[in-house]
Amino acid sequence: MEKPIFEHGMNTTRRHFLSKLSLGLGSAALGSLLIPDLFKGGSGGEADVETLMAGLPHFAPKAKRVIYLFQNGAPSQLDLFDYKPMLNKMHGEDLPESIRGTQRLTGMTANQAKFPLAGSVFNFKQYGKSGAWMSELLPHMASIADDLCIIKTLNTEAINHDPALTFFQTGAQVGNRPSFGSWLSYGLGSENQNLPGFCVLLSRGKGNGQGVYSKLWTNGFLDSVHQGVQFSSGENPVLYLNDPDGMDRTQRRNMLDKVAELNQGTFNEFGDPEITAKVQQYEMAFRMQTAVPQITDMSKEPESIVKMYGPECLVPGTYAANCLLARKLSEQGVRFVQLYHQGWDSHGGLPNEIKGQCLDVDQSSAALITDLKQRGLLDETLVIWGGEFGRTNYCQGTLTKDNYGRDHHPRAFTVWMAGGGIKPGIVYGETDEFGYNIVKDPVHVHDFHATILNQLGLDHEKLVYKHQGRRYRLTDVAGKLVKGIIA
Amino acid sequence: MKKQLFFLATITCLAALFVVSCFQKNGTSKKGVDKGLVSYNFDVRPILSDKCYACHGPDAKKREAGLRLDVAESAYSKLKDGKGFAILPGKPDESEVYKRITSVNPDYQMPTPESHLGLLNENEINVVRKWIEQGAKYEKHWAFTAPVLPAAPEVSDKDWPRNEIDRFVLQKMEDAGLAPNEEADKSHLLKRVALDLTGLPPTLDLQNRFAADKGEKAYEKIVDELLSQKTYGEKMAIYWLDVARYADSYGYQDDEVRTQWPWRDWLINAFNKNMRYDQFLTWQIAGDMLPNANKEQILATAFFRNHKYTEEGGVIPEEYRIEYNIDKTKTYSTGVLGLTVECAQCHDHKYDPISQEDYYRLFAFFNNSKELGFEGDISQTKLAKNPILRISDQEAKTLLTFINRPDTSSLMVSVMGDRGTLRPTHILNRGVYDAPGRVVTASALPSVMKFDTNGLPQNRMGLAKWTTSKSNPLTARVFVNQIWQEFFGRGIVKSTGDFGMQGDLPTNPALLDWLAVDFMNHGWDIKRLVKQIVTSATYRQSAKVTDEKLKVDPENIYLSRGPRYRLPAELVRDMVLSTSGLLVPKIGGPSVKPYQPKGLWEAATSGRGTLKTYQQDKNDALYRRGMYTFIKLTVPPPSMIIFDASNRDHCEIKRSKTNTPLQALVMLNDPTVLEASRVLAERLTAKSTNVETNIKESFQRIVCRQPTDKEVKLLTEYYNGEASMFAKDKKHAFKVLNVGEFPRNEKVNEVQAAALMRVINALYNMEETITKS
Repeated sequence: MEKPIFEHGMNTTRRHFLSKLSLGLGSAALGSLLIPDLFKGGSGGEADVETLMAGLPHFAPKAKRVIYLFQNGAPSQLDLFDYKPMLNKMHGEDLPESIRGTQRLTGMTANQAKFPLAGSVFNFKQYGKSGAWMSELLPHMASIADDLCIIKTLNTEAINHDPALTFFQTGAQVGNRPSFGSWLSYGLGSENQNLPGFCVLLSRGKGNGQGVYSKLWTNGFLDSVHQGVQFSSGENPVLYLNDPDGMDRTQRRNMLDKVAELNQGTFNEFGDPEITAKVQQYEMAFRMQTAVPQITDMSKEPESIVKMYGPECLVPGTYAANCLLARKLSEQGVRFVQLYHQGWDSHGGLPNEIKGQCLDVDQSSAALITDLKQRGLLDETLVIWGGEFGRTNYCQGTLTKDNYGRDHHPRAFTVWMAGGGIKPGIVYGETDEFGYNIVKDPVHVHDFHATILNQLGLDHEKLVYKHQGRRYRLTDVAGKLVKGIIA
Repeated sequence: MKKQLFFLATITCLAALFVVSCFQKNGTSKKGVDKGLVSYNFDVRPILSDKCYACHGPDAKKREAGLRLDVAESAYSKLKDGKGFAILPGKPDESEVYKRITSVNPDYQMPTPESHLGLLNENEINVVRKWIEQGAKYEKHWAFTAPVLPAAPEVSDKDWPRNEIDRFVLQKMEDAGLAPNEEADKSHLLKRVALDLTGLPPTLDLQNRFAADKGEKAYEKIVDELLSQKTYGEKMAIYWLDVARYADSYGYQDDEVRTQWPWRDWLINAFNKNMRYDQFLTWQIAGDMLPNANKEQILATAFFRNHKYTEEGGVIPEEYRIEYNIDKTKTYSTGVLGLTVECAQCHDHKYDPISQEDYYRLFAFFNNSKELGFEGDISQTKLAKNPILRISDQEAKTLLTFINRPDTSSLMVSVMGDRGTLRPTHILNRGVYDAPGRVVTASALPSVMKFDTNGLPQNRMGLAKWTTSKSNPLTARVFVNQIWQEFFGRGIVKSTGDFGMQGDLPTNPALLDWLAVDFMNHGWDIKRLVKQIVTSATYRQSAKVTDEKLKVDPENIYLSRGPRYRLPAELVRDMVLSTSGLLVPKIGGPSVKPYQPKGLWEAATSGRGTLKTYQQDKNDALYRRGMYTFIKLTVPPPSMIIFDASNRDHCEIKRSKTNTPLQALVMLNDPTVLEASRVLAERLTAKSTNVETNIKESFQRIVCRQPTDKEVKLLTEYYNGEASMFAKDKKHAFKVLNVGEFPRNEKVNEVQAAALMRVINALYNMEETITKS
């Protein structure tokens, strides 16, 4: 009962407090380095500390960190996970209206005279103890089927990329709500004081692309310290990280010392604590300049790792390299690593495009799971793989024997999870024989969010932030735990 | 280690909690509590609103037990179950409300554990008890009652106040046992006022003139001078660009270029002409509906058309048309009325008396626009979306001379324009476009002020008249509060965008009302309001803070010291460019693309459109003010975002002020800052080779005051160390100087220039440099 009162009354203070912990940017954190004596006594304060912060996390977490492998553009569940032989049998026949029901269609196929069903051209087999179906495009993922929890019944309201992607990342279709990673940074802070708590890695396949945009990793109304920090494959792994030519570490250190001394003078005159905080932020920046390049340097990875992720993992900016980097960041305590891989939006020529996309992601996605597992990290790391919606069982454009396109399908699609206290080796939820509607165990985006938060020890109804008079949650006013997938 | 961190953080947190709670006791309701009188508006309603209204408030659908506690009749009447009264005035122990908020039985207590709202604390319970004892009197929400001009209060210190503002402020200060700071020294005051009025630090010339002028009116003269500069309009425009969510692209995934910038030129000009605020609003809300509206008046309505616009193939047009109207409604209500109404898009507002019907009646004003939800995908893009204002070369030469065009080609701007026949507006169930309910007609929020359909047309012109009526309780208050926030960093109502029941209460209600009424009584004159603020003794105080003041008033609510905070993002850039002499002071025109880290646009693009790659500009365009940096919505300019600029995704009237290592990295490594350091170093070295002279001049330009001896000594030592290092390796010096596209001055000694560049770079990284204090 203490918690909500605290939540309400201390909104500002709490936010500032947490913001200082998160992103590894903290003056609180730095304070501990500068004045270690503060911690030695540990007198009467401890009890109060426990009571006050008892709410965060709200209960014992199963996962400490998340790696979200977002497949941007919406991979076809019908060609990868949701095996529907009926579609092959009825290849070319019209989707029965009784199945389509009241589903809204995008402007791209709404005016099609026919909705011819398109069976997948790829072969499916069953894998693992659960007998999960997977297509021939995913041999590596198939080999770790026993680690995966395959959910076939994700569903969303949005039928266009931008709102659907925004919905998955922020819990709302309109922009400017905090991103998932920002909520975690706000709620849990960072485990590593030299790295941001929320990192974003981008890559692109050759398939039809849909853009990503920085509002997907926005802090929304939370402090901007909770914003996702985009890593890039260019010269600067983090924006403005590198010192200019001719400035070595000694010279930089010397300069920062001079600046700190000047700032001390201002502090003596004005007494504003922001001045001291500024000095500490400069120190943090200095440490990040060492910490970040160390982590993005792949040259010291052993051959076994390179073999596992595939040779592309040594090419910065590829999905494989990002998977490996995600593991390294996560291992260092980064709370939320968000990958986006573009190119899944196959409205036409799907069989060819999806092959390329799978070549990009299959091996390294599976390697990430195996790698985390061998390091004993999979238990505490939740890995998620999936897109913003699924694709239709009927063809967009011209259907031939071995070529088709698929439009957007929000009603049922597949996402998998691994680790982080999620049941391994299961398939959850069922769609009808057309793969169009859900017949068992639907998982709405809000439910999915509530469940992930739960794994991190957060009650999605209690992780709130009051902004302009309203209490906001990642799950808005909805969300039910998907108990069937929790180990 | 982690535990220790946690511990320190928690101590900080506890300390803050302690300060806040003490502060609240001594704060707003001190007088009331002393006299034992409880105010519904200031003491009780915030508690009921936060803890009770979600289930017992304005939202009819979520109302439990048929009980609402936000209106007296319901709260006083017999409970539905027949067992007593929710509130029995005078008798807390017989009031169900009091019994439940004090109960420990989870099945009985309020708020319920399931609501996650938390129980009331002891102080809150006492307030409710007292209020019921005193008769449980309800009052209309303070912000929905028209302000009346309060008399300026008597204060004991007669000498300090310079104008009415100071008497209101001083009274609060004296109540809290605080005394004002002394006036800021001339150099800090000049820097503060120059930044606040023009967004630029004072030039050396201005600094020297002001220092030399020992006259009584020296400061007022400077204020008048600054107010008359064109840079005043630029500075004022920045915050309104946030309100208007101005951007240079359409947003959404393909994010193609658009041209709304002529409206930005209009905006700057409107502030410079000192257009009355009521007219400023009328033109932007309904300029196209004025009798014989001219193109300038129509251009003003682009304010409502700066919202995002999708070009994603396959969207359902009506879904997006509705979305754009929701955005307009939000921009109007948040930016102009200071209310968050979007809750009522899906259901009756839970806290404010705004029903879903009220929302859609407000929405209806914008719903008759000729615009389409979708005009085709990116392959059919154009620079504006219907309705479009086209401005010819001739028109730009005659009527619209404030537009700073790159060439003589005609311009396109998305503006407002209504259909001939009225498009019916439906209440949308759950706020969803394809769930229309009954039809409603246009009307403004009745709980704020009646919309008289006899006197007002039911269109945007009617809305403009309603908004700018002197009886409207919100318009002037919200505006003066926004302006106050611009100068003090915090509004009198802290929640600038929420004057509703869940918003913060004004810390000085009489001052807010005085400012608002005085503003309206003097012709909504913005420059006059600004001048009143900057010439007040309140504003002119030093920003120094003692430990004691920090303890009693950490947020400076009582204004017993001057404002001190980091500059907004655009002004950080302006500071660097102007002090180095690189700034190109051109006003307006199309946005520009200065240096930006490589690969950002390229990494996050659909691969379509003209903005898929960043084409950096050259020459003058590299050195324009921050407000002209091209805003691509999906990848807004990084150095701006790092310094808390709005991402312009939606209407925003308050930026956060964070302090992060990424900001440090920008100041240390952004080529803009390095180039400015180099260019200034070269210029000074070309003029003089005297190290001390050059250090002093750079300091005065950048920090805007004379350095102390200690500072000169420290910087000279730094200079000497760097110079001797570069002297040993001249290639090193060249390497350091090799930054930015501005031509190098080959004539200066590279060792001297590089060493001075390091000093200047250090100055740009001083906290004081990018702080208004």
